[in-house]
Amino acid sequence: MKTAVIVFPASNCDRDAAMALEKVTGRKAEMIWHRETEIPSDIDFVVIPGGFSYGDYLRCGAIASRSPIVKDIVAKAEKGLPVAGFCNGFQILAETGLLPGALMRNKGLKFVCRPERLTIANGNSRYTSAYGNTKEVVFPVAHHDGNYYADDKTLNILEKEGRVIFKYADNPNGSARDIAGICNDHGNVFGMMPHPERAIDPLHGGTDGLTFFKSIIESI
Amino acid sequence: MTQAVEITSEIVAEHGLTEDEYKIILDRLGRSPNLTELGIFSVMWSEHCSYKSSRRHLGKFLTSGKRVIQGPGENAGVIDIDDGDAIIFKMESHNHPSYIEPYQGAATGVGGIMRDVFTMGARPIALMNALRFGEPSHPKTKSLVDGVVAGIGGYGNCVGVPTVGGETNFHKGYNGNILVNAMCVGLARTDNVFYSAAKGVGNPIFYVGSKTGRDGIHGATMASAEFDDDSDEKRPTVQVGDPFTEKLLIEACMELMATDAIIAIQDMGAAGLTSSSIEMADKGGVGVELNLDDVPQREDGMTAYEMMLSESQERMLMVIQPGKEQLAFDIFEKWELDVAQIGSTTDTGRLVLNHGGKIVCDIPIAPLADDAPNYDRPHIATPKRDEINADNIALSDLNKAVLDIMGSPDIASRRWIWEQYDRHVMTDTVDSSQSGGDAAIVRIHGTNKAVAITTDVTPRYCEADPYEGGKQCVAETWRNLTCVGADPIAITDCLNFGNPERPEIMGQFVGCIEGMNEACRAFDYPVVSGNVSLYNETNGQAIPPTPAVGGVGLIPDLDFYTTLAGAKKGDALLLIGETTGWIGSSLYLREIANMETGAPPPVDLEQEKKHGDYVRRLIRDRRVHAAHDCSDGGLMVAATEMALAADLGLNIQRPADSCAISGWYFGEDQARYLLAVDANSVNPILSTADSLGIKAQQIGTFGGNNLTSNDGLNIELSKVRTTYEAWFPKLMS
Repeated sequence: MKTAVIVFPASNCDRDAAMALEKVTGRKAEMIWHRETEIPSDIDFVVIPGGFSYGDYLRCGAIASRSPIVKDIVAKAEKGLPVAGFCNGFQILAETGLLPGALMRNKGLKFVCRPERLTIANGNSRYTSAYGNTKEVVFPVAHHDGNYYADDKTLNILEKEGRVIFKYADNPNGSARDIAGICNDHGNVFGMMPHPERAIDPLHGGTDGLTFFKSIIESI
Repeated sequence: MTQAVEITSEIVAEHGLTEDEYKIILDRLGRSPNLTELGIFSVMWSEHCSYKSSRRHLGKFLTSGKRVIQGPGENAGVIDIDDGDAIIFKMESHNHPSYIEPYQGAATGVGGIMRDVFTMGARPIALMNALRFGEPSHPKTKSLVDGVVAGIGGYGNCVGVPTVGGETNFHKGYNGNILVNAMCVGLARTDNVFYSAAKGVGNPIFYVGSKTGRDGIHGATMASAEFDDDSDEKRPTVQVGDPFTEKLLIEACMELMATDAIIAIQDMGAAGLTSSSIEMADKGGVGVELNLDDVPQREDGMTAYEMMLSESQERMLMVIQPGKEQLAFDIFEKWELDVAQIGSTTDTGRLVLNHGGKIVCDIPIAPLADDAPNYDRPHIATPKRDEINADNIALSDLNKAVLDIMGSPDIASRRWIWEQYDRHVMTDTVDSSQSGGDAAIVRIHGTNKAVAITTDVTPRYCEADPYEGGKQCVAETWRNLTCVGADPIAITDCLNFGNPERPEIMGQFVGCIEGMNEACRAFDYPVVSGNVSLYNETNGQAIPPTPAVGGVGLIPDLDFYTTLAGAKKGDALLLIGETTGWIGSSLYLREIANMETGAPPPVDLEQEKKHGDYVRRLIRDRRVHAAHDCSDGGLMVAATEMALAADLGLNIQRPADSCAISGWYFGEDQARYLLAVDANSVNPILSTADSLGIKAQQIGTFGGNNLTSNDGLNIELSKVRTTYEAWFPKLMS
C-alpha cells in the first residue's frame, strides 16, 4: 500500500494528511512536489491536502487545478486511481471537473473553524464502508470558501446515485442540501471541506477520521 | 537626487528628530548628513527602534534563568524545553497601523511576529493575540473589530499556523488607539538556533522575499508619534501583507537552515533594510556595503532613501557562508522567491550604500546603535487610590448580576472571534480558545509533551496602581499556565502606553515595569523578549497602561493536564486561596455598580507561588478534573465558566463566615483557583492544604441544569449560555 500527498507551495495540511496516512497504513506517505509531472505508477491512493496552494488569490484552487501534477492526477483518476481532496483539495478537484459543482464563499462571508457534526449519507461508499452502524462523525472545518453549489439537476443526480457521502448536521457555510462531501460517478474520487486528518487522535477530541482513511485503504 | 536636498531644521523635525539629536548626528559625522543618511538616523533613533525612553527601565527585568537560552536583544527569546527542543517566542504590537487600516495592520502584525520567530530557526507552531478596542458603542469599534479579526485570521490561516488563543477587552480608553498585540511561538532544536550577528569580512549578503516597494516608508516613525484628527492621512504608511510569500519564506528558510549555509539572518521589520543591515553589522562588529541597484524592486525609480526606509513585508536579509551562494540561490528559486546578493560584509565598521554608480551613504555604524538617545524621562508615581469596602457595595439581585456580568463586553463569549481562526492546523492543538480556558495547549510534534501559552493583563488595575497591576499581569499568566498543569517558564511582553514625555505616563510605565519585575523574580519567570509601544494617544488622551504579558510553560507529559472543561456530575468545587471580598477596581464595580474606582487587589507573590505550586501538584497527582483561576468577575464568573464548559449545573454554598456578599461572589482577590475534584478527593486535598498553610474550602457541587446558591441564585444554565453567547454576535450584527 503506497500513498501520496501532493505539496503545493502553500499547502498547509500536507504534513497532517501524511501523518494520518502513515497512522493507518503503517507506511510513510510519499510527498509529491507540485512541479512534478507524474504520479509514480506504484501509488495506490493520492491525497490533495488543504491549504492555499498558490495563494488562492484568483479563485480557490483555480491555478492549482491547471498545474502539471494535477493534470496527471486527472488522467489517472479517470482510470480509477483513488484520489481524495480535503478543503483546498476539494476546491481543486471541483475546479478540475473531476467532481461536479463549485465551492463559493461561505454564506456568512467569514472564515469558519469549528468541529462539525456530519451525518454519513452513504455508508456503503469506498470512503465510509468501515463505519459500520455509525451514522454520525465529527470532523473540524476551517475554510472561507466552502459553500457547495451545483445546479438542481446535478444535485438530484448526486443524491440519486448515492454520491453524497457526508452531510452537515448544522450547515456552517450555506452548502446546497447541506452537502459536505461527494464522490465521482465511479466512487474513486472524493472531496469534502471538513478535515478528517484533524480527527485521528484522542487529543484532537475524536478519532472519527481514522475510520475514514481505513475505509478507503481497505477498499484498495 | 538625494544629495541635492539641503537639510533644513524643518526636514529634521519632519523626521521626528530633536535639535539635540541632530547635533549628535552632525558631531559623529563631522558634516551634514544627506537625506538618505538623515532618514537612516531618524528611523534608527525613533522610539520604535531605539527604545530611547524605555531602555534604561527595561534593563531592570530579570532576563536569565536555567531554561533561558537567549533573552532580550535578539529577534525573539529562546527557552529550553528538554530533549534538545527549544521554544522561541515573542509578542509585538501593531497598534498604530491597525487603527488606521485594521485588516492590513493586524495581518502584517501577525506576519512580522512570525518572521521574528522563524528567523531564529523555529517553525511557528502557535499564534496568540491580545486585542483592545474602544467602547462597544463607539462608531469605529465594530469596523475595527471586524477588520482586525479578519486580518489576523486571513494571515495566520493562510500560512497554516494555528491561532490558539488570546484576549479581547473593550474600554473607552481605547476609543482613539486600539491595541493589536500578536504573539508567535515556534519550535526549534537547541543546536540549530540562528542569530543576527554578522560575522567575517567579504561574506555575501543576500536579500530574499518580496520585492521592495514604496509601502510603509516611515512606519517606525509613525509608530513613535501620537495621533490627531488627521491620522487617517497616514494610511499610505501602512504596509500590505502577503501570507503566501510568508509561507514560502518559512519553508525556504527552514530548508536552508537545515544546511550550514547561514552565518546570520535577520528579518526586515520596522525600518526595513536599514534596521536589519545595521543591527546585523552592529552585533557582529563589522561593516556593510550594499549595492542598492541589486535590490529587487517593485517600482521603477525608487531612491536610496525610499529603499532604505521601505517597510515592504515578507523580506529577509542574511549573511551567507562563502561558497554556499549557489545552494542558497537554488533553494530560494525552488520556492519561487526573489533573491539577490546585494552586498557583502566589510571591515570598515561603516554602512556604505552604492546606488546608480554613486556612493549615496557612508556613515559609521556604531553611533547608529550605541549613540542612540537613552532618555531618563521624568516620571511621577500614580497617586494611590482609596480602598473600597464591599460592605458598601450592594448586591440586590444575584440572578440579574450573574446574567449581566456574563453578558458584559469583557466576559461574554469570544466565539465570534475564534471561529474565524484556524485553531487546528498542524494537528497538535490540544486545547485552544474553544474551551475558554486559561491557557492554550499545543503538543510538541511527535512527542507527548506540550507547551502551554497564555496572554494577559488587567489594564484597569494598572491604571489604578501601576505597581500592583504590573505584578498582577505577570502573576495572572503564571496562574493561567498553572491551571493547565504546566510549569511556567518565561514571558514575553508588549508594553503599551501613552506619551512618555508626560511624567504621569512615564510614571505608569516605570511603575508597571517594577511590579512586573518583582513578580518575575518571585516566580523565577524571566522576560526573554518583548516590545514597547509608546505614544498610544489621540489628541492628548492616552490609553490605559496596558503591559500585555505572554507566558509560556511546559507540560512535560500530556497524560497530566487539565483545562477549564472536565467537571463531572457530583464533583466538588473547591476554592483555593483567601477571599476577603476585594471589590476595588473590579469588573463588577465597573459593569454592575458603574464605578471605575478603588485600589486594585494587592498581589501577595509568596501566596501566589504557594497556591500555584499546590494546584500544579494536585493536577500532576490526577486529583483535578477541571481548573480555573479567579480573575475578572471573581469566583462567580470563574465558576460559571466552568459550569458552561462542562455543560453541567452547579450549586454554590457561600460559607456562613464569609465576607460581604458582593465581594464574596464578585470580588477579585488574587492567588485564587477553583478546582473541580471528585467528592472522595475533597478531604485529602483540604487537609494537605491546611498543613501547607493554604486556605482551601469546598464551595459547591456540580450537577443538575441550573446555577444555584444558598443566596437565592437560581438560573438555568442554558439561559446563562444564551446571554453569554449573544453579546458578541449582537455587537457585530
